[in-house]
Formats: sequence, C-alpha cells, structure tokens
Amino acid sequence: MKSIDLVIIGGGPAGMSAAISAYKSGTRDILVLERDASLGGILQQCIHNGFGLHKFEEELTGPEYSWKYEKQILEFKIPYKLNTMVTEVTKDKIITAVNEQDGIFQIKAKAIILAMGCRERPKGALNISGTRPAGIYSAGTAQKYVNIKGYMPGKSVVILGSGDIGLIMARRMTLEGADVKAVCELMPYSSGLARNIEQCLSDFNIPLKLSHTVVEIHGKQRLTGVTIAKVEENRIPILETKEYISCDTLLLSVGLIPENELTKFAGIELDNITGGAVVDQSRETSVDGIFACGNALHVHDLVDYVSEEAEIAGKSAVEYINNVEIRDINIDIKTDGKISYTVPQKITSIKETDIYFRVSGVYKNIKINLKDSESCIISRIKQKVVPAEMETIRLTVDDIRKIKGKTITLELED
Amino acid sequence: MYDIVVIGAGVIGAMIARGLSKYDLSVCILDMESDVAMGATRANSAIIHAGYDAKEGSLKARLNVRGSEIMPQVAKELGVRYINNGSIVIGFNDDDAKEIKNLYQRGISNGVRNLSILNKDELRKLEPNISKTAICALYAPTGAIICPYELTVAAVGNAMDNGSDLKLNFKVERIERCEDVYEISSAKETVKAKYVINAAGLYSDEIAKMVGDTSFNIHPRKGEYLLLDKECGGLVSHTIFRTPTEMGKGILISPTVDGNLLLGPTSVDLEDKSDVSTTFEGVGKIISEAKADVENIPFNKVITSFSGLRATGDTGDFIINLFKGSFINVAGIESPGLTAAPAIAEYVVELLGKTEINLKKKAKFNPHRKPTRFFKELSIDEKNIIIRQNSKYGKIICRCEGVSEGEILDSIHTNPKATNVDAVKRRTRSGMGRCQGGFCSSHILDILARELSMPVEDITKSGGVSNIIIGKTKGGEQL
Repeated sequence: MKSIDLVIIGGGPAGMSAAISAYKSGTRDILVLERDASLGGILQQCIHNGFGLHKFEEELTGPEYSWKYEKQILEFKIPYKLNTMVTEVTKDKIITAVNEQDGIFQIKAKAIILAMGCRERPKGALNISGTRPAGIYSAGTAQKYVNIKGYMPGKSVVILGSGDIGLIMARRMTLEGADVKAVCELMPYSSGLARNIEQCLSDFNIPLKLSHTVVEIHGKQRLTGVTIAKVEENRIPILETKEYISCDTLLLSVGLIPENELTKFAGIELDNITGGAVVDQSRETSVDGIFACGNALHVHDLVDYVSEEAEIAGKSAVEYINNVEIRDINIDIKTDGKISYTVPQKITSIKETDIYFRVSGVYKNIKINLKDSESCIISRIKQKVVPAEMETIRLTVDDIRKIKGKTITLELED
Repeated sequence: MYDIVVIGAGVIGAMIARGLSKYDLSVCILDMESDVAMGATRANSAIIHAGYDAKEGSLKARLNVRGSEIMPQVAKELGVRYINNGSIVIGFNDDDAKEIKNLYQRGISNGVRNLSILNKDELRKLEPNISKTAICALYAPTGAIICPYELTVAAVGNAMDNGSDLKLNFKVERIERCEDVYEISSAKETVKAKYVINAAGLYSDEIAKMVGDTSFNIHPRKGEYLLLDKECGGLVSHTIFRTPTEMGKGILISPTVDGNLLLGPTSVDLEDKSDVSTTFEGVGKIISEAKADVENIPFNKVITSFSGLRATGDTGDFIINLFKGSFINVAGIESPGLTAAPAIAEYVVELLGKTEINLKKKAKFNPHRKPTRFFKELSIDEKNIIIRQNSKYGKIICRCEGVSEGEILDSIHTNPKATNVDAVKRRTRSGMGRCQGGFCSSHILDILARELSMPVEDITKSGGVSNIIIGKTKGGEQL
C-alpha cells in the first residue's frame, strides 16, 4: 500500500485552500483526490459574482475565485487525481478510492483532511403530497444543467426555499428566458443573503412568499403545476389559503447537508446540528490526524470563510504530521437554544481563536455572551443577527486563560 | 405470428413469459409503459408472504404457499437478491391474540411450515424495538423480502435471453379474432398470436372485455409508502405486520433487500387507474400506525414517499381461467401476488396444457441470468480485473449507491434494455440513495443520450412526455 503524508479528500475551494496552506507550511507529500473532471468543486457552476469580497476585496465569479487557488496548485505542483471517488476512510487513516486508470486502490496517510463539501436536501425529505413527475430539480442540479451543460430545465418555474442557490437560480432562469412565478419560503424569513434577495428577486420583480410552502405536486409525466399555501407559526399549512400555480419546473432550495458518509464510516464524532464533525481549533476531529473543513464541516454562506477555515486545517495537519501539535487543555463549547451551533466545538490549546456560530432565528439588539460556570468572559452587542449569516467572536489567549472548568457556553441575551 | 402473446410486463407477465420460454414456443410480451415492472410491481411491499393470510382452499392460499417455496430457487437462478428475514404479526390485546391463533391455524391448514406463537418476552428478544405494549405475535420464519422490479427485470431478461420478444410502449387498444388467430393492436402496430395471456394488472378487465369476457372487474386500491435512509434498515430485522382487523391488514414495517426501512401501505379504493399520487392523509396514517408498532423510528430520515395501485378484483380471489380455449386471464392479482408469481406461472402452463398447444421443452433453455448486481458482489481484486478490461467500471456515477458507469452501460445494453432515467435507476439503484439523484441524474441523462444516439432533449425520466430538459440555453446549441 502506498503511503502519503497528507491526503485531502475533495478538490473544491476547501480542499484546494487546505492543500496550498499545507504546502506553504512545509509539507510536500500531498495528494488531493477529486471526484469531478476538474478542480474547483461547486464554484465551477457558480458563474455569478459576489465571491472574494471578504478575502480578496474584489468581486469575483465562482470560476475566477476558484482559479486563484487552482493556479497555486499548479504552480506549486501539488499532486492531485481527478475523476477519483473516495469510497472509504478508516480510523487508521487508510483511504480506499477508485478511478478508471488505477482501479480500486488504497493509500495509508499520516494525516487526512476531509473537504467533501455538501449536498442538497432532496424532495423526499419534505414529503410533499402528489405525483412524482419530471421537472423537479434541486436548485444546484438545475444550476449545473444551465451553467455547465447549457441545458434548459423548463420555462415556467416555482422555487421552494429561499436558500442562496434558489435565489441565484431565480435570476439565472429569468435571464435565460424562463418565467419565475414565485419563491416560497416556509419560514417567516429568508435563509438567503440579503444582497441576493435584493439582486436576484426584487430587481426582477419575482415575488418572495414568506411563510408559504408547496403542499401538492401535479402532473403525471411532466410537472404541470403546484399548489402552495400559507403556513401557521408552527409551519402547518393553512388549507384555506391554497393557491394553484401552473408551472413546468419546481426548483428546491431547501437546505444543504454536509457530505459526511466517509466521516461516519471512519467512526468520527458528528455534531447533530451542523451535520459535520466535532472539531477543535485546529479543525481536528475526534480521530487523531483526521481534519475537516469547508462545507463538509458546516455549511458556510461565503466561500471566503471556507478558504480561511481550510487554511487552518491545512496548517494544523502539517503540525500533526511533524509532531508539533499542542493540545494542552480540553474545553467544550456549549450553546443555548438561540445559538444553534459553534465551530469549533472544542478548545484544546491556548491560542487566539475565532469562534464561528449561527443563530436559530432573527434577533435584534442583543448581547452575545461567552460564559464559563462563574463569570462572563466576553460580551458583544449586536444590532441584528439572522440565521443566514454566520457570526464570529474572537477569543484571545488571555480570554482562554480566564476560563475555569471544562465547559463554556455561548449565549444570546435579549 | 407468435404462439403466445403475454399482455403485461409486470411480475406476473414476466414470470409467465419466463415459464413459457422453457418450451418450444414463440412468445412476445407487450406492455403499454416505457419499461417493465411499471404497474403494481413498481410500488408494493416487496414481501414474500409465508401464506397464513389467505382463506383455506383459495387459489391465493395455494399459490402463495407454493410461490413462497419455490421463490428461493427462482431468485437464485435469476441472480436476484432474496433475504429470508422472517415475518412477525404483532398483537396488542385479547382480540388480537385470538386472531393470531386463527392465523396460526389457517397457516397450518394452508401448509405453511414452522409457524409459532410468541409471548411478549420472546417477541422482544427477536425484535427489541417493538412497542412495549405488544403482548404476543405470530412468527413465520419462511417470510422473506425481495425487490419486485429486480425480479421482474431479471425474469423478462431471462425470457428474452431464451428467445422471447418484448414490445414496450405498446398499449393494446383492440383484440380481434380471425380464423383462430388473435390480432392484437395498438394505435401503431398489430401483432398476431394463437394464444393470449392477459396479465394486464389494473387493465386486465378492459383487455378481457376486448375478447368478450365481462365476467370480472378490476379497481385500483392505492397503497402509500415511506422509504427511510439505509441508516434505519436495522431498526427491525423481520417484517412486522400488525394483526389484521376488519379494516384491513394495516401498515407493515420492513427492512428492504437494499437495507432501507419501508413503511406502508395504506389502503384506499379509487376509480382512477393512473392515480399514484401521495397524500397528506396517507403519510399521516403511515406515521401514526408505524409509531404505535415500533419505537424509535427516525421519521426525519425519510428519503422518499411513493404510492402504488393494487389490481383488486371483484371475486375475492385470484382470477386465473381459460376463456374460449385460447385466452387465459391472470387477473385480480393483489397481495400475495408477488409471492405467488412463480407458482402462477406454473399454473398458467398447466392451464395451457389443457389446450391444443404443443408444450415441448426447449433443448437449450438457460435458467440463469447474470445478476444485475454482479459487480457489487465481487472482491476488490476481482473488481480490479474487470476495471482493467473495461475502465468504465472504475468511474463512479452515483456516489450514494456506488454505481459505476460500467453498471449503467450494462443496464442500457442488457435485456430488457433501459431507455430512460428511471429505468436505469430501477436496474442499478443510481439515484435511489440519500441524495435522490441530485448528483448523478445529469450524468445519466448524458450517458443515455450518447448510448441511444438520441438528442438529450428527448431523454425522459420515465417515458411519455416526462422529458427532463426542454432544450438548450441561449447559445447552448453551440455547445
């Protein structure tokens, strides 16, 4: 069996950034395994702009953002294999993969970075009544048809879910000549970025129907229409508000799920809320030497943060390989109900740390408090927080030194 | 001119055609749909019933028990997965306990082997997640699970490998009889045959009427199902039924051969023979009944819901008879029809033996078919030998189910050939996993277009006008 210092699973934004960071930290024996025919992951089909504002202070398209990293991979001659599917990862860091040239092969790695990205939640998970005709796509699949393959999925469209891909596709389908009749969102607020609601819906007069859902699908062979209805606060449809919309296409943008089949197989501890691994500041999982980053760890709203997170994972993996990793404390970060999760979930060394977190609802004029059993370590005032936008709070070395006990709690105070 | 035309390529037509392909006869199977197994066979409980349900002395009882006995051998020959997981009927009260004793007695008289009645502790030991309020159970160790469309595809494929023809998209509109020959016509085409076997499922009454037989009617009885992720397949290991009441058999909870967990079916009589929609009420009923029977069902792991239509006859039993010496009805095949299918095929051959047809065994009948899943069952070294010969087996198209392009190409080029996305899905499981085709469907669309030399716009999800894309984007025609 071949041995390699660092194997990175996934050649999207997270995998590429992790590889470059590991290279810059001194490791040369790297292999990136990518299932697609080229590097770049989902960015390849995100031809709209808006990427890189945070990281590069310029507005790039997905492929442009991706190229900034791909260029470095080529320049540094970091090895990668395309069209290669990883089918198994074990606790002992043995990777099984398959492609057309090598067949099924195994690699023993010193460290692994999981950067598989995420997938879209399918329709089945929603249990919508009615038929199961052609014409129902997840928004990302439709995006691939339109932007990569040049295929048009349909001409009159309803979108369920106001996630960012759904919003982007509302605009994209309109530009391609389709009639986007409505975007329905189950929640009373959108799960997409404010700028996308403005630029993708408002600018094209596409109605955003908050607290609405699709209750029935019609059409035996191809979709002929959907019935939508308003929902009560408990998200139960109000049947008196039923409304039929004729359409040949239904796009679903109802959430993203970290891709973690491999993580589960390796017996790595998962966070029930994020759907990704539980990690410490180094983005190291519960299995020593296996790291996770990007949307495989938790779903991000901006790729810029994915790149940053992957840099941490890449650098940390090299520290692990070189045996210079420091783990001198063990503190769990808990949340209250209003904050749905944090990443990392654990503090294992005394170093400056950004804690990323997401809130579970829209809250205004609140305080974010980080407390240990006795006192409040950090408190920040925020005017408004929304679930669509990830927040951060910085823990300094001094803050960490102040912590007494094994647990700290991140809370939201009205 | 064929000796025999079989109308309907569901599991019944498929097993009959395969049975007939053992003889020196020319056989053609007709089906109105774009693929085999598209009626009741596509969506049912996928259970091989032990045989304690049907009334003593009925055709259902006899053919169920015989079918259950011979199914393991049939499955083996056809390379189809058959898992003998055993069935359990659970009871919650004294009335149920009484009915369970009745089922036990009926099973014994029907000839079902190894039945036993379990007390609360024995039941809990077999199935730890059964509701704590269940007090007793009937245990049928001969109960089993199978994949109905895998069986049907294999049976039609085997019949074709042994010389039978298959004509899909052939909706029979009229049958005429001229000088001892049946002329069976669709809007576009006519085929002739000396004998006709009517295995048209929901439409078998309409087919019978075309030759003047008005002795029975068929109506659709809808059953809705929920399918849960493979993570949940281990929640129960047996197929769990509740005690039947006057209201029907209720829903069952069962692992599938693919390791998913299946919940359903509901039971609602309809008039529309094409209504396979799912309903809010149906899903609600499944959830509330399943919860009462088995604890800890993770309903957030539902990956899809679907419904199927039972072809319910008006006689209470299977309707299998010879009409005018050359037309055989095989109708009203509702539960336990899947189980009985191979026994029904034997029975139909028996009925044909009473006609003037010459039943002479073929010299070279091959009962075996290469399993659709042959690649999956190989060791890594064996797989690598195949990948070296054909690298397409090294290219994974469906990551959830681990399906390679090689397997997809097999499904498109092996009898009965898949011509649309759902047909590929039923043969390979591509798109059946937890992402439900989000990742692989665009690849499969392109592979189908390439292999069938068709424009991509003409590829359908499931035949008819179920086209997946409507054309190219602006400027897309240059791609």
